[in-house]
Amino acid sequence: MIAIKAENLTRRFGKFTAVDQISLEVERGEVFGFLGANGAGKTTAIRMFCGLIKPSAGDAWVGGISIRKSPRSIKKRIGYMSQKFSLYEELRVSENLDFFAGAYNLSVSEAEKRKDEIVRQFQLEDFTDRTTKSLPLGWKQRLALGCAMLHRPEILFLDEPTGGVDPVTRRNFWEMIHNLAAEGTTVFVTTHYMDEAEYCHRISIMNHGEIAAMGQPAELKKQYDKETIQEVFVHLIKSDLC
Amino acid sequence: MNAMDTPVILVEDLVKSYDQVSAVKSLDLEVVSGAMYGLIGPDGAGKTTLLRVLCGLLTPDSGEVQVLGFNPITELARIKDAIGYMPQRFSLYPDLSVAENMRFFADIYRIPKQERIERTERLMQFSRLEPFKDRMAHALSGGMKQKLALSCTLMHTPKLLILDEPTTGVDPVSRVEFWNILRELKDQGVTILVTTPYMDEASLCDRAALMYDGKILAEGTPDQITERYPNKLIRVITEEAHSAAEALKPNEAFESVELYGDRVHVAVRETARGIDLIKELLGRNNVTYDSVAKCEPHLEDIFVHLVKQEE
Amino acid sequence: MLGILPVIRKEFIHIWRDPRTLAIIILMPILQLFIFGYAIDMDVRDIKIGIMDQSRTPASRELIQKFTGSGYFEETVAIQKRAEIEDLFRSRKIKAALIIPVDYAKSIKREGVTSVQVLIDGSDSNTGSIVLNTTRQLLAGASFEISNINRLPMQITSTIWYNPEQESNHFVVPGLVAVLLMMICALLTSITITREKETGTMEQLLVAPLKPYQIIVGKVLPYVVLASVAATIILLIGRFWFKVPFTGSVLLLATLSIIYLVTALAFGILISTIARTQQTAMMMALMATMLPSVILSGFVFPVASMPLFLQGIAKIIPATHFLFIIRGILLKGNDISVLFPYVIYLAALSLLLLVISVKRFKVRLD
Repeated sequence: MIAIKAENLTRRFGKFTAVDQISLEVERGEVFGFLGANGAGKTTAIRMFCGLIKPSAGDAWVGGISIRKSPRSIKKRIGYMSQKFSLYEELRVSENLDFFAGAYNLSVSEAEKRKDEIVRQFQLEDFTDRTTKSLPLGWKQRLALGCAMLHRPEILFLDEPTGGVDPVTRRNFWEMIHNLAAEGTTVFVTTHYMDEAEYCHRISIMNHGEIAAMGQPAELKKQYDKETIQEVFVHLIKSDLC
Repeated sequence: MNAMDTPVILVEDLVKSYDQVSAVKSLDLEVVSGAMYGLIGPDGAGKTTLLRVLCGLLTPDSGEVQVLGFNPITELARIKDAIGYMPQRFSLYPDLSVAENMRFFADIYRIPKQERIERTERLMQFSRLEPFKDRMAHALSGGMKQKLALSCTLMHTPKLLILDEPTTGVDPVSRVEFWNILRELKDQGVTILVTTPYMDEASLCDRAALMYDGKILAEGTPDQITERYPNKLIRVITEEAHSAAEALKPNEAFESVELYGDRVHVAVRETARGIDLIKELLGRNNVTYDSVAKCEPHLEDIFVHLVKQEE
Repeated sequence: MLGILPVIRKEFIHIWRDPRTLAIIILMPILQLFIFGYAIDMDVRDIKIGIMDQSRTPASRELIQKFTGSGYFEETVAIQKRAEIEDLFRSRKIKAALIIPVDYAKSIKREGVTSVQVLIDGSDSNTGSIVLNTTRQLLAGASFEISNINRLPMQITSTIWYNPEQESNHFVVPGLVAVLLMMICALLTSITITREKETGTMEQLLVAPLKPYQIIVGKVLPYVVLASVAATIILLIGRFWFKVPFTGSVLLLATLSIIYLVTALAFGILISTIARTQQTAMMMALMATMLPSVILSGFVFPVASMPLFLQGIAKIIPATHFLFIIRGILLKGNDISVLFPYVIYLAALSLLLLVISVKRFKVRLD
């Protein structure tokens, strides 16, 4: 089953083409790494998938819904977590979960049930009464992921979820991602850590609004005869910077 | 006395806490002239606090600090002209253009006009920002912003360059390029102290310190740090890295089993026995593999090992 | 001193790059000037009055003529029944009602004494009290004539000096200059300094060989220029559009305005040493400078009519002192010898605030 599909998806801002006719397909339960240089158009593409901005041309289907025709109905099917962990720092962990449960319109009984599940799944038991700002970065990251998962989204968009987090916590985070994927959640993730790209089932590398390469990490390394994804990336994007 | 041996930065038993959190706990550091020194660690390790103390922006609770032979708290004015500091947050003026930002920094360091023009031209070429010189700083991409910030910091040709996570949030290509620029500066004799959360960047430094929770866990040349790893490391390369890690994890014969992308790193006490055991376990769990072989530990292996020991 | 120049240069670029803020700084006071000048007109003219003439005699018509001919009132309705009056007040068709009794003319002739009733809408207390005073004057005049006293033992004439037509514009323009200078200098400078703290650029400036005074003076000077330009525009519009008289020396006004500017700047700088974010700085500046300058300085409400406690506060506020200076120079043509105490107060206050700010300005982040 196809979770995300893009066909010639394009977005222009004035004369500047941020996303230039990209096409891709992501299977249900797949962890898809969406890589690219700064300013290559990743964020624009993700915002289109989430129904936040309209494509200039082409279309994409997220959970089978066209982003062009019904961008609003996409929101119930997806979870989104960004680098800046959009949590309320002054609220307690449980209050943040309450808020997002409310924001996604969960019924009272459903909200209680999901909160318990999320707290258990992300091992937040010892932290529920602490204010969010007092949490170490790694735990904030778990909470942010928990909040994004409250409404059982089929598809999870993660925008640089691991920036600044220590290697041990990053490792644990990726383990959680893979567990979610094993349960059928589709994960669409961007990162600047090239070692993390290797954890993905498939990756694409974006450059100047276009997809320069796409495939399984092992395939790509073979295709370009490189040792690591880092080298593949540098090879593809090289000198034409910024 | 050889100039290379003079410590440019000397920190002894530094303690600094604020907001009731101890950010730096009893830390020693020595950076010699001309070195490229890396402070490697995640967010919250205390790297920024340490750098701010060195720049005279924070007063230490206790301990000795010397920068270029002076105390940065009491004698800051004497070293200001010799230090270039690039804070972690992009701290240039977003509504000023690339050229205007550079001009401002040249002016506050009182660079004469002729020199300013020459240096601006050189730095523009060096950072390849020339085509963008009239673009507003807020319209630059992440990598360009960092290069601009560095160029502004270099305007007064400092002897000591202190950079706080210059490559965070920067794509791999720009990171490589940024490090190339740092290497050139080092060759010109500039002493560089740089922090980074990317473990792989430690290998680009002459010396590095692994920082975690306000302390230095290990210090030395990248090779010296890797030598501190007490175990032998076996690398399993497989298409099914995830299942391989699952299959190996429950075993007590291994010191640790860590997933690194498409490979699994297994720490063992004895190489040969370890390899046999791994192969046997993978076979028993029907996990196919390309290779199971000894490998050299990476800084990340050591960091993970040291952090686990710490906890 | 040279370290200031690059900071000034940069600050000017910030100002030009943000034309919206610039427009607000220049246009807002002009807008305020016209609002205060026209809409909130404190002079009473053409008050709508309803008249119920039950007497219908030449004597009563004469009284009515006194009201409508005075220029203060305009007759809008001739009231037939008392019951109509309340509706007229409610529907705001009239602000006052004059009721002349049936026996008005008769009583005058027979007893030499009579009474009329005046009803006033008190919901707008300002207009109300003015209407009340005007009515009293008109009635007093009328009763002298009726009671056949041809000559009063003493003729009372009141003349208002300095603002003979009681034009509120003449008060508003100087007041607006006082508020405006306080606003631009205190509010904008506190915001521009805290912005550098908030965005992290201050960290870099502190590491550079700049002295705190160079950072502050360099950031503040462009706003002095801006404030002076805006104040000049206000004064020119006041002079040529609203015909505010310029009795005193313009040079003296300019010199003393600079002292007031410094006081306002000192306030702004002090706020920036306390506030951590632009938002806090803005709230603090509004509370500490703008509100008192508008409400307590004598700009809108006369200080003398305030409770003692507020009068005390009014005496501390720099704008109160500057209002004495600017109104003194513009309307009365005062020279420095009269204004000296106010000038001394402003200078002393500026010095105190600047010393505190420089002490408080942190060269470190902790």
